Amino acid sequence: MEDSAGVLALLKIVYTIYVFAVLSLIYWFAKGVSNPKGKPRIVKPGTFYIYVGLLIFVGVSIHIFTFNKIPWVETDFKRHTIEKDPSFDKSKQMYNIIARQNKDRNSPNHGEQKFILPKDRLNADGMLEIECGKYVVFDVVSEDLTYGFGLFRQDGSMVTQMQVNPGSRNDLMWQFHKNGVYHIRSTEYSGAKGGRHMTIKNAVVVKGCDVDDSRSMLGGN
Amino acid sequence: MSFINTLINGTEGGLKTDGLTPMQKVTLRAVVFGVLYYGLAVLEGQLMRANSVAPGLFEENHYFSIMTVHPIVGIFGSTYLIVFGAFTFLVPYLMKKPLYSIKIANITWMSIATGTLMSWLGGAIYHYAPLYTLYWPLPVDFEQFNPIGGLVFVLGIAIIMIGTLLFIYNTFATVFYTEEGHEKRPLKPLILSALGIDGMLNIWYKITGREPYAKEPAVSLPVVAIFRGTIDTFLDAMVILTCGILILVYIVGDLSGAAMDYTSVNALLYKNFFWWGLDLIADGLVLIYVAGTWYLLAMMITGKKLFMQNIARAALLLELIVSWMVWSHHLLGDQGQPNIMKLLSGEMVTAFELVTQGIAVFITLVTLWSAKPLKMDNRLKFLLAGIMGFMIAIPAAILQADMGLNRILHNTQWIIFTHVHAAILIGLTMTLYAAIYTLWPILTNDVKLYSQKLADIHFWGHLLGALGMSCFMGLAAMDGALRRTIYVDGEYNLYMILGAIAGTMILVSWAVFLVNVVLSIGIKGLIGIYTPSKIDTKDLVPASE
Repeated sequence: MEDSAGVLALLKIVYTIYVFAVLSLIYWFAKGVSNPKGKPRIVKPGTFYIYVGLLIFVGVSIHIFTFNKIPWVETDFKRHTIEKDPSFDKSKQMYNIIARQNKDRNSPNHGEQKFILPKDRLNADGMLEIECGKYVVFDVVSEDLTYGFGLFRQDGSMVTQMQVNPGSRNDLMWQFHKNGVYHIRSTEYSGAKGGRHMTIKNAVVVKGCDVDDSRSMLGGN
Repeated sequence: MSFINTLINGTEGGLKTDGLTPMQKVTLRAVVFGVLYYGLAVLEGQLMRANSVAPGLFEENHYFSIMTVHPIVGIFGSTYLIVFGAFTFLVPYLMKKPLYSIKIANITWMSIATGTLMSWLGGAIYHYAPLYTLYWPLPVDFEQFNPIGGLVFVLGIAIIMIGTLLFIYNTFATVFYTEEGHEKRPLKPLILSALGIDGMLNIWYKITGREPYAKEPAVSLPVVAIFRGTIDTFLDAMVILTCGILILVYIVGDLSGAAMDYTSVNALLYKNFFWWGLDLIADGLVLIYVAGTWYLLAMMITGKKLFMQNIARAALLLELIVSWMVWSHHLLGDQGQPNIMKLLSGEMVTAFELVTQGIAVFITLVTLWSAKPLKMDNRLKFLLAGIMGFMIAIPAAILQADMGLNRILHNTQWIIFTHVHAAILIGLTMTLYAAIYTLWPILTNDVKLYSQKLADIHFWGHLLGALGMSCFMGLAAMDGALRRTIYVDGEYNLYMILGAIAGTMILVSWAVFLVNVVLSIGIKGLIGIYTPSKIDTKDLVPASE
């Protein structure tokens, strides 16, 4: 099962190769088109149609590939079925989180924005404790602005995220397959007193997996 | 002494403004302001890059106000002015008739330049900082922003949009009006041609074994692209104006003591509406205008007709449909957005932008290839770099517009650098520089460039800087670096330093370009652009003696 770290590592390699391929192609073209010994070349329409077919194939197959290889896409599509399954226990697998701005003009923290975690769901270390492999839902309600909600590893890399709009459903279903401790932070700008200030370090802990998330263990391993 | 002389009078006498027509002057006025605003946008970008290396350089609210005005100055102040200025000249030039109204053209550039300054002041003085996305209800959140700042900012945007509507009116009027002394131009072939429908009909007629519908299209291909892009520009201006009015109502309400409840506007619905309009700038206007500019440059550089003309015309028509239906790719991270819209509009239709832009790349390159050997002059090398920029930037967007990848790329630096800055700084800006070098002799009556060496330094400095910044920040994104965020604990420091060095190269290369231009036309010539023309003519360029 692939996680975001694996997907991003693959993307880094693929896109770096692609950028170098583009640079090489343009360099080759520039040399060729300005070569004083070069002669005009007419490209056949057939070449053009093959090229367009290739573009369509690549454009569509990217999505087919990711649908089959990236697990959270299917989760997004099937989440309502999963939630209706008797094995899904909302009281244990759903976390209600609030995002709010301090509107008290007399408060020294006026304008400050923060996430409020469900107190009754925190463990002794003050974390949301998640069981490995179980589907969980983060249901975030904004009481005022548009925020973002993201989970991040200890090394800063992103696990997942969603937008948080006021007056809309903002619930993200996720499945963890590695042990680790994760931060919550807003991924959307909501003013100078939001964003990075809406970070809760070590907010989520995943336990019970056979493998550890090497990039997100407290203490580094 | 001779340097001072060159600075004041230009190279070999510089720009002789007495010999410029009103059309040449109005075009140059817009372009000069566009280039100056570009410098301001680059400087703002550099200030942000500097703050990312040394956090605390700016107060956070100041930093985000810079981030708010940066795209306003870059897109409207710079790109709109350069593009509108150039197209104001090119549409009549290609249609071989005078511009509908030079007066409107003058009001257009002045409105956009003034509106940009006003919006900039809204950020600079009042630190109004809802960012260009204006996610509801942030622009009317008076818990953190001064409503006066909002008023100045929004009125500035409104003035820009009024200037934009004037440009649109002037462009459409120029395409369709019948000039004095000319026999009445029939409307139907002009409309069919301007929309690219004749290209589609030609393909259909060929398939069905008939003679072409239009052997000589009524409108040349670059004008089709300009016309098509301008439709999106119009829709975009209407959406931005509507949102501006909405925000204005709330600002006036707050200032008059009758603050209104912002929950009466649904944030997700507003986001759909706003992104539908805003996306027309990126996916409609930029891609189509750019395709049209590439086609024009390829034809001017080679002196040949474009490869697969009819396909190119039909592709522009296809882009009309594509660009109106792709906005959901901005809402893939919004759980309230229906999955079917994410799938169809966000993923599938968006993927066709790979096709439409890919066609433009292919047709331009093949047209150039068919005329080799070509001289690698400023026009050609900037054009190739521009094409390269979009070849890097567009697939980055297609990847981002994937439900799987968007979940881990949304709001990271990937979209803003690997896509947006690669598209704008390498793709769009290099294309605009290619257009400037192509139009230079026509607009200045053949003023000699001060230094080719400086032009080369500008080219390489800009290219490597823009490429470097896009790549380094893109790599940071894949390690989790968010956009619109200040990192204060040294996270991603190496990428931030490399990004700042690359950004400095862009700023320096812009300064080199500016020096080269000023030393070519001279300060006298620069000032003379803004004095009334001494030639009373509707002709585009002075009549040859």
